[in-house]
Amino acid sequence: MTGSVVLFVVTASALIGIGLWGFLVQAHLLRRVLAFNVVGSGLFLLFGALGWRGGGVDPVPQALVITGIVVALAATAVALWLVGRFAEETGRADLPEDRREDRQEKSSAGGRP
Amino acid sequence: MNALPVVILLTSLLPAAVTFFLPQEQHAWRNGLNLGGAVIKLGLVVVLMGAVAEGIEPEARLPLAPGLDLVLRADDLSLLFVSLSAFLWLLTTVYAISYFGEKPELSRFFGFFSLCVAATTGLALSGTLITFFVFFELLTLSTWPLVAHKQDDQSLAAARSYVLYALPGSVAVLVAIIWLEGLVGTVAFAAPPDLSGVDRWSLTLIFVLFVGGLGVKAAIVPLHGWLPGAMAAPAPVSSLLHAVAVVKAGAFGIVRVVYDIFGVARVQELGLGTPLAVVASVTILWGSVRALQQMELKKRLAYSTVSQVSYIVLGTALAGPFGTIGGLVHLVHQGIMKITLFFCAGLYDERAGARRIEQLDGLGQRMPWTSAAFSVGAMGMIGLPPIAGFVSKVYLGVGAVQSGELWVLAVLGASTLLNAAYFLPLLWRIWFLPPQTEGIGATPIPFAAVDERVPGLVVPAMLTALTSVAAGLFAASAFSPLGWATLIAGGAYSP
Amino acid sequence: MTGEVALAVLLLGPLLAALGCLLAGRQGSTVALLALIAGAAAVVVLWDGMLRTGPIEVRLGGWGAPLGIVLRADGLAVGFLAAAVVVMGAVWAVARHDFATPRARDVFWPSSMLLWGALNAIMVSRDLFNLYVGLELLTLTAVAMVALGRGPGAIEAALRYVLYALMGSLVYLLGVVLVYHGHGTLDLDRIAAGRSGADALALGLMTAGLAIKTALFPFHAWLPPAHAGAPSPASALLSALVPKAGFVMLVRLWFEAMPDATPPAALAVMAALGAGAILHGGLMALRQERLKQILAYSTVAQLGYLFVMFPLVGGAGAGTAGAAEAWAGTQIGAFSHALAKAAVFLCAALWIRAIGSDRLADLAGLARAMPLSCFAFGMAAVSLMGLPPSGGFIAKYLVMRASFELGLPGWGLVLAAGGLLAAAYFYRPLAALFAREPPRVQRTPRLLEAVPLALALAAAALGVLSQPAYDLLQAGAPAYARGIGP
Repeated sequence: MTGSVVLFVVTASALIGIGLWGFLVQAHLLRRVLAFNVVGSGLFLLFGALGWRGGGVDPVPQALVITGIVVALAATAVALWLVGRFAEETGRADLPEDRREDRQEKSSAGGRP
Repeated sequence: MNALPVVILLTSLLPAAVTFFLPQEQHAWRNGLNLGGAVIKLGLVVVLMGAVAEGIEPEARLPLAPGLDLVLRADDLSLLFVSLSAFLWLLTTVYAISYFGEKPELSRFFGFFSLCVAATTGLALSGTLITFFVFFELLTLSTWPLVAHKQDDQSLAAARSYVLYALPGSVAVLVAIIWLEGLVGTVAFAAPPDLSGVDRWSLTLIFVLFVGGLGVKAAIVPLHGWLPGAMAAPAPVSSLLHAVAVVKAGAFGIVRVVYDIFGVARVQELGLGTPLAVVASVTILWGSVRALQQMELKKRLAYSTVSQVSYIVLGTALAGPFGTIGGLVHLVHQGIMKITLFFCAGLYDERAGARRIEQLDGLGQRMPWTSAAFSVGAMGMIGLPPIAGFVSKVYLGVGAVQSGELWVLAVLGASTLLNAAYFLPLLWRIWFLPPQTEGIGATPIPFAAVDERVPGLVVPAMLTALTSVAAGLFAASAFSPLGWATLIAGGAYSP
Repeated sequence: MTGEVALAVLLLGPLLAALGCLLAGRQGSTVALLALIAGAAAVVVLWDGMLRTGPIEVRLGGWGAPLGIVLRADGLAVGFLAAAVVVMGAVWAVARHDFATPRARDVFWPSSMLLWGALNAIMVSRDLFNLYVGLELLTLTAVAMVALGRGPGAIEAALRYVLYALMGSLVYLLGVVLVYHGHGTLDLDRIAAGRSGADALALGLMTAGLAIKTALFPFHAWLPPAHAGAPSPASALLSALVPKAGFVMLVRLWFEAMPDATPPAALAVMAALGAGAILHGGLMALRQERLKQILAYSTVAQLGYLFVMFPLVGGAGAGTAGAAEAWAGTQIGAFSHALAKAAVFLCAALWIRAIGSDRLADLAGLARAMPLSCFAFGMAAVSLMGLPPSGGFIAKYLVMRASFELGLPGWGLVLAAGGLLAAAYFYRPLAALFAREPPRVQRTPRLLEAVPLALALAAAALGVLSQPAYDLLQAGAPAYARGIGP
């Protein structure tokens, strides 16, 4: 592995880590969708970097990454559409189980049905 | 000839399938279909009987998956059960058609009724354990809507408790079957498996699972709790349930397991015969004691069934030729006598509104034919000669002596006394007490207006009563239940 | 029609039909019907061809792996293709009457076609990345269908679904990247031929991702609200077919691509998760008051059945008759679950249409008003309980027997317990239907009621005719799941 590959791998891992953290910790739905995209970018970077197998650039990961980006785009579009619909109908941008004030209420009120 | 068992099964299965989709108003079609199926079936069973008597054992096979074939096969034992169910199905159908008249939901009722009989036929004719299980479950499922038929709270509760008992029982049987098949491969009744390589504890546990699972249906104490409640079902259902379908399926299964899977010798060697006899005896006595305490006629009959069916198990557990004969012959005798009693209970309820035993007072005057049939059934249950029940008890008694289990004689004696104690007062009330002056039942039917003359209800009851006398009188004939039972026992004990 | 053409019809047909449905608007259902008829014919051709010449393989454009795309229809694939086309047909017949509003119609027909196409693609793909693309398409159309449900609950359920699904995709994709790094290929057969140090980690990641998408316990939280909230015909598709895609991918990974990376302990963990699903799903189903929620939790439990197979097919029993029985039994179970679960959801669709509710209390007495669909519900429930005579019973029997033969009776007993639980949670709706007073109903055409009945009969018939299904499954099964049978 050359030094630049290591750099790619480290960067990719960092992106994946940040993205996963965001996805799991953030309650705001828009942020979670963004976090998903950050993880996706990290993964595609990793894919490209690990595709470097000594004797030059492997075209397969590159082709796959392009497809992957398209898929991620579609998924993002659907997710954003849903977030929009959800916000329209409820006026909220987070799911009930992720709401901090709800959780506190629950623990203080001994759990609502 | 090999297709004959399949055709016999179809005589019940096809009417069932068609009846479900018949509109409610098509009474003629529905009745014709069910009666036609029953008559054809009875005819075919007679043909089959002739064939089996000549030593032919027809067999039909449908492979489902490797190691899993549905096999229908007729042997002596299956014929004993099939002929009983074919005969009683015909009479019960006649009875049910009159009983229901033009009440609602009849297509559903007769559909499940025929399905229930088809399941009974199928499990009688099963050639392998797994085939037996398939029909055993079909029976469980098709009986549920019958018990719940009235759709009132009592019926639904009864149906619920039935399922609550039956399904865990089925699971026990399934586990036993699969465990056994995992050890020795597919089990067919015609060629009992070689169990010599299997360790004692596995065999004992498998046997306990079998008896426990089948015992739910056979209403062995303490697994009998569902049976008395199930009397909430309409009279034709109770008749079938107590005489042929469910409890008999359990008893028949236990007979199969003991004779055609384990073999009498192995059951004795494992030391399981005596415990089984003890369980059966406890059931016999407990059922009788509880029957004595019931003031509702059908409940009393239901507990009587709990007690009587275990005679079959007792005979099987005694593991001697005479015990075997006694048990097997009781499979038929109890069916004929008990169906008589339930037919009559239905008549008393429908025609006189009498459900509790004090309401039976003096009904002999207004319902002489019904009461005569009832009396024959009751005396048969007590074991008075020359009615069929006497033959069963004699053989069981001799079997007990032969096997050296003398305590069984005491059980038989006590049970007979108890039977007399809960049946004779009924006869006394029916024939000798003066009628109650005001009308009886919730919606009073004036005593003078009580009229039993509905041929479709009375004739079946009379016929079964006569049959139970004939089975006792002509017990020595080769084609009597006793004759068949002797034939089967001969097979089970031949080296 | 040759095998190649049949595969093309099953993959391209739905995509073209989706486009056609969009353009046809009001006539969308006609376009869908044409695609379904063509698809059914294609399945027949594949089934027949496969029994005669073995698995059918197509290299797109004549290019083989690693560059080209290889499609293969083996017994497992054809079985699921057949189940999918049958369920799709039934859903079509009911959905035609169910989506009155143009918006719902405009979304439902194209997405159902896309969903079907994605499902077909997953069944026949032999490449981890194609499988990924297929699974994403499947998930997104499924999410769109959930969002068609009424009320804010549906959107919330769809949103939760999509978040779980995105998470699952990412984890799966990470595993795929590792596989590519280790093997330099994503073709299933080529992965099987080689070995890499990262296999166990890659398999673990991909399994976790797929477990989320298959709603394997304990990753199932998204499933009940989504399946209960979607419009009922869509629920039928979602519950009957969609989770099976992830399951098939798991089977392909564990038993075809990386059989060496699966130690007995891992196999047992999968079965333990399955057992957890059976018990948890069953107990939760017992506590629901709405029919569709009961059915959705039942799906969680029934998916658990499928994973009990893992330690029986792999591990010590590999290659024995017991493994073959467990394999075939599980797949037959998956098929009959597809048929029976679609049947019960379509019953729910008809009942909601007739009485406007799926609360158990409101269903009371429906057996008198709608006997055909209630009968269908009962029959399908029997199959889902695993009682004879039904495909569900054959499945349970084969897997239980395998577990006893292989000396692992515990897994068999879990199945037995699951059957009892299923009987318990189906008892409540059945008893309600059977209650006395008939409710006020809107008239339903008899023919419509016949649709779930046909599905339920098919599930029952699978029990009587399981030999053809068994023969089909043996064609192209991985070597150690191909027993001769006792």
